[in-house]
Amino acid sequence: MSGFISGRGRRLTGARLAGVLGVCVVVTIVLAAIAPLVGIGVDRSGRHLELLDLGAFADGHPAHAILWIRIPRVLASLLVGGALAGAGCALQALLRNPLAEPFTLGISSGSALAAVLAIRFGIEGAFGGLGVGGAALIGAMLTLLLVWRLARVGTQLPPATLVLAGVTMSMFCSAASVLVQYTSDFAEVSRMLRWMMGGLDSMRLSAVGTAAPAILGALIVLILYARELNALAAGTEVAASLGVAVARTQIVVFATASLLVGAAIALAGPIGFIGLIVPHALRALLGPDHRLLLPASVLGGGVLLTLCDTLARLLIAPAQLPTGAVTAVLGGPFFVMILVGQKRRAALWGRG
Amino acid sequence: MTGATTRVLPGAMAWLVLADVRVALGAREVVAGVSAEVGSGELVVIIGPNGAGKTTLLRAIAGLAPLRSGRVTVRGHDPARADRRVIARELAYLPQQYELAFPFLVEEVVLLGRYAGQTGLGLASAVDVAAARGAMAACDVEALASRRFDELSGGEARRVIIAQALCQGAKILLLDEPTAGLDPAHARAVFEMLRTQCEAGAAAVVVTHDLDLALRYAGTLWLVAGGRLAARGTPADVLASAETREAFGLGIHVGTLPAGTPFAVPT
Repeated sequence: MSGFISGRGRRLTGARLAGVLGVCVVVTIVLAAIAPLVGIGVDRSGRHLELLDLGAFADGHPAHAILWIRIPRVLASLLVGGALAGAGCALQALLRNPLAEPFTLGISSGSALAAVLAIRFGIEGAFGGLGVGGAALIGAMLTLLLVWRLARVGTQLPPATLVLAGVTMSMFCSAASVLVQYTSDFAEVSRMLRWMMGGLDSMRLSAVGTAAPAILGALIVLILYARELNALAAGTEVAASLGVAVARTQIVVFATASLLVGAAIALAGPIGFIGLIVPHALRALLGPDHRLLLPASVLGGGVLLTLCDTLARLLIAPAQLPTGAVTAVLGGPFFVMILVGQKRRAALWGRG
Repeated sequence: MTGATTRVLPGAMAWLVLADVRVALGAREVVAGVSAEVGSGELVVIIGPNGAGKTTLLRAIAGLAPLRSGRVTVRGHDPARADRRVIARELAYLPQQYELAFPFLVEEVVLLGRYAGQTGLGLASAVDVAAARGAMAACDVEALASRRFDELSGGEARRVIIAQALCQGAKILLLDEPTAGLDPAHARAVFEMLRTQCEAGAAAVVVTHDLDLALRYAGTLWLVAGGRLAARGTPADVLASAETREAFGLGIHVGTLPAGTPFAVPT
């Protein structure tokens, strides 16, 4: 069975693809159904874990309203987690760089700067309350465009230049954010910091509905490029001689991944580590074939963020932790674990 | 030669036509006017000192290095402009350095060669698997099929990527130092395999520093020096020529062992 999952010693077959993704889908659905039912009840005896029964899904149940507060949040965490992990996986393949992630490419810092500016200039309420999210999306796309222009050499997009441009952009935007915060009043700064921690509380169904088609569409585009991403593992020149339209692949995948990251940040604020950890862990478990790894990362990212967000909701209930802080705190040690394990194997990427 | 027609009449013209090809890297003209033709069944071996422009010439033929001027025609196509999938069916290019970013299995690496012929998810069909098996057998890497590429020795990895190029099923093979790091038996096996391919109608252009193998297997030997085709002809003639002596800064003695095996040694 473990050979079937890891594919150790075997190429990808239709049966393995369907089997592994089937398991991922079932896990995702079960978690999505259970997560909104879980909560913390508080009474005279103290706090205790409270599991709503499935009847709460029916109209007229006393807990129906509570359930419908949690459902948008769970849907959003599935979407955002899937978008971040899918984009991270694709960017790592495209740039042939294990560090490629929305954060290292400066996209997160750029969108954070835009959000901070939106708060500073008081347009949070603009566009039906989507002011900060909209600014974050625009900030992400603008940063992408700048990084792209900075990194491009002719028609080529050398990974090293791209990461360098991303890191430069990231530092610039972070510094600019600090300057904006310095000139803001206390209430604004606290809202800025809260946003930068990333969170899914007070998620509304309408916002999820707006983002869902864009995110799902973009994820499908990425998965359609899985074979090209496999070939790019051998380098751009080998990929080109194998028949890959390298320049088109780079443009489409980079733009799509950035749209995903922008949409995720617009919805939930900057949430780190998901885009880095999920593809790494699954690559060690499932092997590097992106036809399996990419969709599995999308589902895995959704599952992981939903778990983290549920924890954020439960740990200090009735208060809540910022989701981004939970992913970072859980993600750091997990990443160290992977790194140590792989160092022992003397390889950057292990198949486990 | 510069005005050579680009239309290919089947069987009437060379598969590969280079017309005054010039490639500049930065300000330096690395390939400085190469004109040549390669036809079906031809095994061309390129020798030349380090930095002579051999690799850049090969990349230009593959459509991977932009030309400053001149023209490359691959069976009627301009490799720098045509759809890469079309070019991939015509020629396979094996670079000198090959670095795989992820730990694919040997069989998966070889199957990457089938990219151009696949659609959709591109899960390997029976034909793909058979092609991969054949290519792995030809390069003696069948036993490695389920090993991780990043855990192979240098020579094993080299043979695997030759198998990938072979698996592509292209008519023209462009190989940049395919036998670097290979033991003598496997190096010879690679050239035997190339000879078999060419006898079956393929064409190959191979860069190597192994003068013995060049002498023994080349149909035509090209000496590239200073970005130019300094000499071309039968291997024995080119190796013994004054141009070769000048390019390498030493003479090459071509002889025959008592058993009849030819050999080449620098003198």
